[in-house]
Amino acid sequence: MKSCLVVDDSAVIRKVARRILEDLDFTIEEAEDGKVALAKCRDSMPDAVLLDWNMPVMDGMQFLLALRKAEGGDKPKVVFCTTENDLDHIMKAIRSGANEYIMKPFDREIVEAKFQEVGLL
Amino acid sequence: MTPGGYEYLRGMLHEKSGLALTGDKQYLIESRLIPVARRHGHAGLDELVRAARNPGSEALRADIVEAMTTNETFFFRDKTPFEHFDNLILPALLKARSNRRRLRIWCAAASTGQEPYSLAMMLDQNAHKLAGWNIEILATDISIEVLEKAKAGLYTQFEVQRGLPINYLMKYFKQVGDMWQIAPTIRQKVKFAPFNLLADYAALGSFDVVFCRNVLIYFDTETKRDVLARMAGSLAPDGYLLLGAAETMLGVSERFEGVAGYRGVHALKGQGDQAAAAPARQQPFQAEAGAGRLRAV
Ligand SMILES: C[S@@+](CC[C@H](N)C(=O)[O-])C[C@H]1O[C@@H](n2cnc3c(N)ncnc32)[C@H](O)[C@@H]1O
Repeated sequence: MKSCLVVDDSAVIRKVARRILEDLDFTIEEAEDGKVALAKCRDSMPDAVLLDWNMPVMDGMQFLLALRKAEGGDKPKVVFCTTENDLDHIMKAIRSGANEYIMKPFDREIVEAKFQEVGLL
Repeated sequence: MTPGGYEYLRGMLHEKSGLALTGDKQYLIESRLIPVARRHGHAGLDELVRAARNPGSEALRADIVEAMTTNETFFFRDKTPFEHFDNLILPALLKARSNRRRLRIWCAAASTGQEPYSLAMMLDQNAHKLAGWNIEILATDISIEVLEKAKAGLYTQFEVQRGLPINYLMKYFKQVGDMWQIAPTIRQKVKFAPFNLLADYAALGSFDVVFCRNVLIYFDTETKRDVLARMAGSLAPDGYLLLGAAETMLGVSERFEGVAGYRGVHALKGQGDQAAAAPARQQPFQAEAGAGRLRAV
């Protein structure tokens, strides 16, 4: 079974994402900000990270940059999942090492399509 | 709606578009046609039917036919047909047409344009191999409304997230308000025109590739048979026909055979010589097939 770390400061979003990804056979870990997420990754690298951008303490972009520098941090497929829905943000994310990008609001079909795109389904 | 009214609509839809309403589809008719009735100032479906029966009501009947079409589609739908296009069909045809340097592709039920635009983007990815080639993509549909949307090339945030890899979004789209518009360079590669699959194909000429996906499912066997027989006539002897994931030739046409290892791809039967002359139909290219190809931008 593949693992996915869901990083979002909204408990509601984490719950929705968890339900969708569990149906797609992922085991789920959750984190409410980038700092918690990074600690969890250092502990055990997931196969995928579903990543919000705007979060307190450490945002998604800071997390991504730190992750990609960490040992084994090149491995997880990172899929942004954010309300930032303009090309500038998308390009910045992809250039910084994200693999795919979901613009909120999202649904089951979009998550499935994007996880297929990064080769995890 | 009166049983007579329902029977009239069923017969009319079948005759005009091939749509086969099996069993009791009253609910479908009601949900799709009540808005049409309103738009034309009719109180209900019985009034709509009465008006549609009038010999002079051609435009109203066309409106009814359009309203009953199902236009669901998305970019790179089912993915593998596009990989097969990239790995098998395009290399084989580039070889076979290396003298004429001309390819004609027909999307025969193009809906809002995602299918022909997916092909156009793939071809753009292959631009280095296609210098000097004349490639035509003809995209047709019975519905004028979907073709208008297709021509505009404007899609919602939801539509550009179903099947479209993020690299393609970044490369080929720009934001217009809260919509996303496909680049003029891609739009120019596709020619959109209204066309009914029940009409005569002769004027369209011959095609090297035909995408006829997710439309035959709405037809009865008789209509499927007729459409496929005529498609066979519109396809170059060594051309390819692609059907949707849920569609098969079984019991419908003996003119085509599936290309082994490439689900959904069909070739005209009795093309053994061509197949031998086009090694792309055999193993080596299959090894190349992989999900990765689509993502590389
Ligand atoms: C479900 S869409 C398929 C779109 C695309 N080929 C795909 O697979 O995603 C079916 C389309 O067939 C069109 N259609 C239905 N009957 C037709 C006919 N008789 N002639 C041409 N197009 C027709 C509808 O208007 C609709 O846009």
